[in-house]
Amino acid sequence: MKPDKEKIDNGRRSFIGAAAGVSAAVVAPGVVLHTVDATAAPRTEPVTDLHRWGMLIDTSKCADGCSACVSACDRENGLNLQSKPLGDDPLKWDNQRAVWIRKVKLQDNTTGRITNLPLMCQHCENPPCVDVCPTGASFKRADGLVLVDRHTCIGCRYCMMACPYKARSFIHEKVDQKLTRAPRGKGCVESCTLCVHRLDEGDISTACADACNAEGHQAIVFGDLNDPDGPLRQALRQVPSRQIRQDLGLNTGVRYSGI
Amino acid sequence: MAIKAITKSGLLVLAAAGAFLASAGARAEQVGDFVLPSSKAAKVENCVEPTEYMRRNHFEVIRHQRDTTVYGGIRSTKHSLAGCVDCHVGYDESGQPLSVSDEGQFCSACHDYAAVTMNCFDCHATVPEGESWNHETAALHGHLGIDLAARAAGPDAPAHREGSQQ
Ligand code: HEC
Ligand code: HEC
Ligand code: HEC
Repeated sequence: MKPDKEKIDNGRRSFIGAAAGVSAAVVAPGVVLHTVDATAAPRTEPVTDLHRWGMLIDTSKCADGCSACVSACDRENGLNLQSKPLGDDPLKWDNQRAVWIRKVKLQDNTTGRITNLPLMCQHCENPPCVDVCPTGASFKRADGLVLVDRHTCIGCRYCMMACPYKARSFIHEKVDQKLTRAPRGKGCVESCTLCVHRLDEGDISTACADACNAEGHQAIVFGDLNDPDGPLRQALRQVPSRQIRQDLGLNTGVRYSGI
Repeated sequence: MAIKAITKSGLLVLAAAGAFLASAGARAEQVGDFVLPSSKAAKVENCVEPTEYMRRNHFEVIRHQRDTTVYGGIRSTKHSLAGCVDCHVGYDESGQPLSVSDEGQFCSACHDYAAVTMNCFDCHATVPEGESWNHETAALHGHLGIDLAARAAGPDAPAHREGSQQ
């Protein structure tokens, strides 16, 4: 790894360290919201950078052949409501239908070792999709979520080209059925929102993490990267983890262990 | 100038149109006349703002809310578009919600009358379905999160619950 990358990372780490000290007290009420469910409250103040949402995915726990996270994501966001347009080529449809999480299987050719992992928007601190967007529709929310404002998205798909993770989908067809919590329609690009509608209502969880848990795999830990005592940071302290394409210096919000 | 010319030549047409508008207007003269009897709104006194104000400014209200939600993450306030749909959506005899943007339903009845076209419902749900995360479901899933935290932290780490409740 290049030494200058290391320098950037170190600077960032100490910054987050300092910020976390300040924010710990403020973060605590948010965490209590999570544990004391009766008080779970929708937010009334705009999001701030006190939180940065992210995930740790333990690939050693991610089971071969399991796609619970993918189907949970589909249900949560109404992606399961899309159907192949009449007369469309099945192969084309398979390539073009919107997916927010993909199960990826890696094989090391030398050792033959196979690794499974779910790949979704990595919610980069320095997102290339935001850099290339001509309308500002692709944006990073204050709390680290990388989203598409579909009211200003013109469907140019530059962001899809720029994303090293192939995380975004373009909607080619009219969407007949959609859920209130996840509006979506033809002509826009979309991707994983880290279940933003849940977060904003005070529920600190994602559909994929819940589903993975329900399957008993517990491969996905969702949480606040800025909260030093939160579940995510605790998990990150325990196992070595890395970013996919760490060399790009994007500082992803989604981290992987076991790869 | 062009407008003037059109106005002159169209006077007759306008007069005819005026007569039509007056008759059509009679139906919607009263504020609140577009509210569907089967909707929740029919059982409520007022809109989220004074009704007269909403009639003239609802799109400003919604558009403001749009950015508040998308960029600020504030989505449960009274101006939410999901809220308009929830309160104004009509129901058929069997209790099934009817799309607010269908012909004759709340949003489109008036828009058709006023010749407004809008594409919001290309993406936004026109009946309340799969609404945002609510408190009941949050409570249901809350414990999952805690278990997850405890498990992720491992047996020898301090329990998340204790650590965070101070
Ligand atoms: C809690 C229920 C409720 C919600 C939520 C609500 N409304 Fe209303 N709305 C009403 C009621 C009740 C009336 C009729 C009031 C009256 O008769 O004076 C009304 C009237 C209106 C009218 C005038 C209709 C007419 O016939 O004059 C418009 C336009 C309107 N609402 C738009 C909206 C929009 C847009 C939203 C979302 C931002 C919204 N409403 C949210 C209850 C609601
Ligand atoms: C191409 C799809 C698309 C179209 C068209 C669209 N929206 Fe949205 N809108 C969205 C998405 C996606 C969100 C949700 C963002 C989120 O949950 O973070 C949203 C959120 C909103 C919200 C906040 C959520 C709520 O229910 O209050 C408002 C208000 C809103 N849009 C208004 C509008 C209006 C008004 C129009 C039409 C002029 C419109 N939108 C057209 C995709 C669209
Ligand atoms: C009482 C009549 C009336 C009702 C009912 C009504 N609208 Fe409207 N709406 C209008 C008029 C008139 C305009 C155009 C105003 C203008 O262009 O100056 C408009 C414009 C809009 C616009 C802006 C469109 C654009 O292209 O900028 C939105 C968004 C909108 N309405 C949403 C709604 C929704 C959602 C509902 C149902 C909950 C609704 N309206 C119900 C009369 C109504």
